[in-house]
Amino acid sequence: MRQLFRFHGGVHPPEHKAVSSAAPIVQARLPQRLIIPLRQHIGTSARPCVAVGDKVLKGQMIGRAEGYVSAAVHASTSGAVVAIEMRPVAHPSGLSDLCVVLEADGDDRWIERTPLDLGRMDASYVRNRLRDLGLAGLGGAVFPSFIKLNPGAPAKVSTLVINGAECEPWITCDDRLMRERAQDILTGARIMATLLHSTNILVGIEDNKPEALAALQAAARSLDVPADIVAVPTLYPGGGAKQLIQVLTGKEAPSGGRSTDIGVQCFNVGTAYALARAVQHGEPLVSRIVSVTGAVARPQNYEVLLGTPMAELLEQAGHTSEANGVIMGGPMMGFDIADTAAPVVKATNCLLVKSPRLFPPPPRAMPCIRCGACARACPARLQPQELYWFARAKNFGKAQEYHLFDCIECGCCNYVCPSHLPLVDYYRYAKSEIWAREQEKNAADLARRRHESRVSRQEREKVERAERLAAKAPVKKAQATVPPDSAEAAARKALIAETLARVQAKQAGTAPENIDTNSSS
Amino acid sequence: MLAAVLVMAAIALLVGGVLGYAAVRFRVEGDPLADKIDALLPQTQCGQCGYPGCKPYAQAIAEGSADINQCPPGGEDGIRRLAELLGKEFKPLNAEHGQPKPKSVALIDEAVCIGCTLCIQACPVDAILGASKQMHTVLAAECTGCELCIAPCPVDCITMQPIAEDLANWKWKYPAVPLKDVA
Ligand code: SF4
Ligand code: SF4
Ligand code: SF4
Ligand code: SF4
Repeated sequence: MRQLFRFHGGVHPPEHKAVSSAAPIVQARLPQRLIIPLRQHIGTSARPCVAVGDKVLKGQMIGRAEGYVSAAVHASTSGAVVAIEMRPVAHPSGLSDLCVVLEADGDDRWIERTPLDLGRMDASYVRNRLRDLGLAGLGGAVFPSFIKLNPGAPAKVSTLVINGAECEPWITCDDRLMRERAQDILTGARIMATLLHSTNILVGIEDNKPEALAALQAAARSLDVPADIVAVPTLYPGGGAKQLIQVLTGKEAPSGGRSTDIGVQCFNVGTAYALARAVQHGEPLVSRIVSVTGAVARPQNYEVLLGTPMAELLEQAGHTSEANGVIMGGPMMGFDIADTAAPVVKATNCLLVKSPRLFPPPPRAMPCIRCGACARACPARLQPQELYWFARAKNFGKAQEYHLFDCIECGCCNYVCPSHLPLVDYYRYAKSEIWAREQEKNAADLARRRHESRVSRQEREKVERAERLAAKAPVKKAQATVPPDSAEAAARKALIAETLARVQAKQAGTAPENIDTNSSS
Repeated sequence: MLAAVLVMAAIALLVGGVLGYAAVRFRVEGDPLADKIDALLPQTQCGQCGYPGCKPYAQAIAEGSADINQCPPGGEDGIRRLAELLGKEFKPLNAEHGQPKPKSVALIDEAVCIGCTLCIQACPVDAILGASKQMHTVLAAECTGCELCIAPCPVDCITMQPIAEDLANWKWKYPAVPLKDVA
């Protein structure tokens, strides 16, 4: 039995997992049109590499990774590109982003796929292939995986943590994936450990998922993967990377630091599964498991092609008359979807359909009574009431001093606040305001540098022009006033010759015999 | 005893040397107060403050010959920051110098541009590319939105385009929370 540790705070919201966890994963219907956003990961948007009218095969790259923090995007089915345009996407702003719109031909025909031969490939080549296969973290953060698979200094990442905790209420996509595809998950974990030179594989699963635990333990035995499958106590947000690492290893990443600073790298089970598909079958990331739950007729997990409009998936799950909104993600960390024409993307782990019965409107907010409940619940050990105060007063400097950027936006403080204050909204506002100011400052610094270099260039040009004029003037004057054959000119010539001779004599100090001949001339 | 005195003397010499060197090596060029003020100005370089750029305005404030409320691009936030730095009272923007506008960038209608280079000469941050008699383009990332290129253009082909909200620059809004009155 492994010794476990605990993180600070945490809450026990009602789980609601049984709603969608009983039925097996089903294949979602192939939609007629897919809307595939070119930005499905953290970092720079992929650059489209197809044109309108092109025929594409399933798995064909349609967006190339651009810059370092980026990942490729692929056609999720075979068909024709009918548009590359701005479409509403899954984002709290409800804004549009550049998407490739694909008309499916119904054949769902794959492009030729070649497995990656890890034994014969250079590690950095493998990582580049994974970037080109579109791998990004499927736990919700969608950070390009190939970057996290770079071990950095030799043996820096001794421990690999596979995150199957799935702590957020309602969501069960990881649970079902673990129950049904445990072997592939562990195969992926083994590949990750090889790439990272990790000696230790820990899989953390909350103890409210006994079937998933059993499935992974059985898979570890049959595949002979030296992974430790660990049941961790069910406590939200135990599936936060920092929290899970702390529970499993007792180690805490420093404030503002990364888990690799303490020799740990953490991946979601869905990412491990996708990696196994990518390496063993050469399959790019074109689908994912999505829980559709809440106020729907058939709450269940679906394997969905990326780019499937949310509305079509919701239709397959069945409308209910009470539905009045959709959250992407869970009730603690998810956000409202303004327009269900937006497509399912790599980050879409759950569509939670709201109803007034399941999600009654929150009671009216009241002033903070400084009860300290939020601080006791905060897993990042922050002082949420102080952060709230500073963010509300737009005192961003102070908010940063109180480690605003250590806040993982888990919503525990919101959950416990007796005054029902939307605390996290204030933190998000403060964070994005601070980022915007940082960008403004960088732009101002750039403008200052460019202006200064322009001013100094203009000054230099002015001086140079003046010098050129000055250099021309005396020569002209001399030519004008002194006729070349005058006596004065002859005297000048003599003077110049004499001076030249003196200089030469000095330079030729090592050969004194030349003095006489020269000076006599 | 003697050894101690020598050691102390040696340390004094060493420290003196280091300090002297540092004073020469890291000498602050120019006026540090003006630089601090300049750091708070938006660097649009538009001249609306009545000075030929942000730095001259900063110098004028430092000398006390200009007021802190003359920069429209900086807006009220900017005035507040200047007031804080200089320990002065906040005052609203002096309307004589103009009003703050949403941030925009210049766009050259490339079909109309005759390649006269007048805008290039006007741009304070070298944000316009192009050679004589060739079409010109604005580098949007470098354009400060100062509008100085608009007037010189003989064919009026430059317009200011407000920067649209997109996923890259979108910000979370200040939460609108009606607090229940506690009487
Ligand atoms: S829980 Fe709410 S009321 Fe209590 S201290 Fe925190 S913010 Fe204030
Ligand atoms: S949202 Fe932030 S402040 Fe609130 S409990 Fe979570 S980490 Fe702490
Ligand atoms: S008005 Fe224009 S030039 Fe003057 S300080 Fe403000 S941005 Fe700079
Ligand atoms: S392009 Fe025009 S508006 Fe933009 S910085 Fe240059 S002169 Fe100003």
